[in-house]
Amino acid sequence: MSLADPALAAGDTPVDADELARARARRRERVLRWLLPSVTVALMIVLWDRIVAWNEIPHYILPGPGLVAQTLVKDAPILLPALGVTLQITLMALAVAVVGGVGLAVLFSLSRWAEMCFYPFAVILQVTPVVSIAPLIFIYVDNRLAGLLLCAWIVAFFPILSNTTLGLNSTDHNLRDLYRIYGATRWQRLRYLQIPTALPYFLGGLRIAGGLSLIGAVVAEYVAGTGGIGSGLAFRILEAGYRLNIPRMFAALALIALTGVVIFAVLSLITHLMLHKWHESAIKREN
Amino acid sequence: MVVTWRKPKPLGERAKLLEMAAVDKAFAGGTLALQDMNLTVNEGDFISLLGPSGCGKSTALRLIAGLMHPTRGQIRWEGGEAEIGVVFQEPTLMPWATVEQNVYLPFRLKGQSFVQVRDDIHLVLKLVGLEKFAKAYPRELSGGMKMRVSIARAMVTRPRLILMDEPFAALDEITRHKLNKDLLELKEKIASTVIFVTHSVFESVFLSDRIVVMAARPGRVSTELTVDAPYPRGEAFRTSADYAALCRTASDALHAAMGETA
Ligand SMILES: Nc1ncnc2c1ncn2[C@@H]1O[C@H](COP(=O)(O)OP(=O)(O)OP(=O)(O)O)[C@@H](O)[C@H]1O
Ligand SMILES: [Mg+2]
Repeated sequence: MSLADPALAAGDTPVDADELARARARRRERVLRWLLPSVTVALMIVLWDRIVAWNEIPHYILPGPGLVAQTLVKDAPILLPALGVTLQITLMALAVAVVGGVGLAVLFSLSRWAEMCFYPFAVILQVTPVVSIAPLIFIYVDNRLAGLLLCAWIVAFFPILSNTTLGLNSTDHNLRDLYRIYGATRWQRLRYLQIPTALPYFLGGLRIAGGLSLIGAVVAEYVAGTGGIGSGLAFRILEAGYRLNIPRMFAALALIALTGVVIFAVLSLITHLMLHKWHESAIKREN
Repeated sequence: MVVTWRKPKPLGERAKLLEMAAVDKAFAGGTLALQDMNLTVNEGDFISLLGPSGCGKSTALRLIAGLMHPTRGQIRWEGGEAEIGVVFQEPTLMPWATVEQNVYLPFRLKGQSFVQVRDDIHLVLKLVGLEKFAKAYPRELSGGMKMRVSIARAMVTRPRLILMDEPFAALDEITRHKLNKDLLELKEKIASTVIFVTHSVFESVFLSDRIVVMAARPGRVSTELTVDAPYPRGEAFRTSADYAALCRTASDALHAAMGETA
């Protein structure tokens, strides 16, 4: 029995022009993938700057990017702690959403009864806008941090729950039969079959939940409203709005957007690292 | 693991391994998938189940595998437990696991550690010609290679019976011929018994020493043929006049079985 698979057995054979051109195209694409968006964003900022300058728009209506950057630096002592608070709530909510979402999904997959009983509640929580529940939450929950966390969690946990549930139920039916034939226990089936199957689904949910927990944290803080020490970026935006400090509003907004982008990038990186060896989504086809 | 060529006993002298006695299988929808199915499987047999689509071949395998229970009748194992390896039409590998981890699965589910059985795993991978690919992931393999991994997984525990449900149906002809030949060698080396479901008259004649022809609606055994050609079989057998004659006999039996339903 011998095997010859050219793709895997290839040594240092000479490469044809077609392949070389393809390799060049790949390199070019790798560079452009970063370069193009960066250049576009830079151009937009320049455009924004010019529009403000040419039309002499006053800074309390639309501050230029330069002023926003200055404000970002000048107000850093106010904005950075606020960012810290928002980030803390976001990450804690995401962590609780992961634990709660995955925990519930595993529970649902172990017991269909539990799923039938509790899934409707998860859906109800998901479809009710968080701004409409948040005021109630802040009436019943005394601790402000706990209230914020609860709001952000409600927004973030559903994609993790629903994706993970779907993943745990998406095992190949032949593999399920195989596990039964070999007398696998419920626990073995969960650990060696269902959880690996669910991993890509879970990671997809996680990427959505990362953004949602930031949104949840910001929205909840708008509703919570109370200010002073320990206030997050949302409160700083509200506060700056009352004082017509438009540049600071923009600076805070920029920080929130940046945070969202970083969260998404980090979660995408984690997804790639966990799946690139085997999952179709992470496989780059040569042609 | 035994790697020497084992000669199975002549057909008449083999010990009984398994018996399906007067088995009926009805599904909740009212389909009678099998009616009064009788089949005796002896140690060392290579049995092909040959029949038209829907005649209950897969149902028979699932009953033997214990994945469902007969509506009536009995499936009896002679002595010892039901030890089974299964190969499906698709390779059915776990994409997140390497080739050796996939082959390790039956041991893992029995609670054995990888180090304990590493030699068995590497030996069986060598037998299917994939020792160099132990650390590869399924997506790096061709269709034929994936099927080899699937066969290795079914054989690694050296089960008493291996069930194969149209394992090569999705492969190209050249790959299928090669795998047919290799399967025969493997089967002899690990001294096992095989029940092999196929739609192909040619495949059933080449592989088996017993061909069980089934008829549909309701599914049942129509005839049984014996392929009295010695193993090892190779290209010489495939091009022989005996082979052609046997194929014609089997083909006639299949058409007779299909006529019974019409
Ligand atoms: N789970 C099931 N529920 C209801 N009917 C079923 C089920 N499985 C099989 N059947 C029916 O039983 C009959 C036999 O099916 P089976 O899959 O065993 O046939 P088969 O010989 O393997 O066919 P094929 O060659 O197409 O694979 C068919 O009529 C099929 O529709
Ligand atoms: Mg079938």
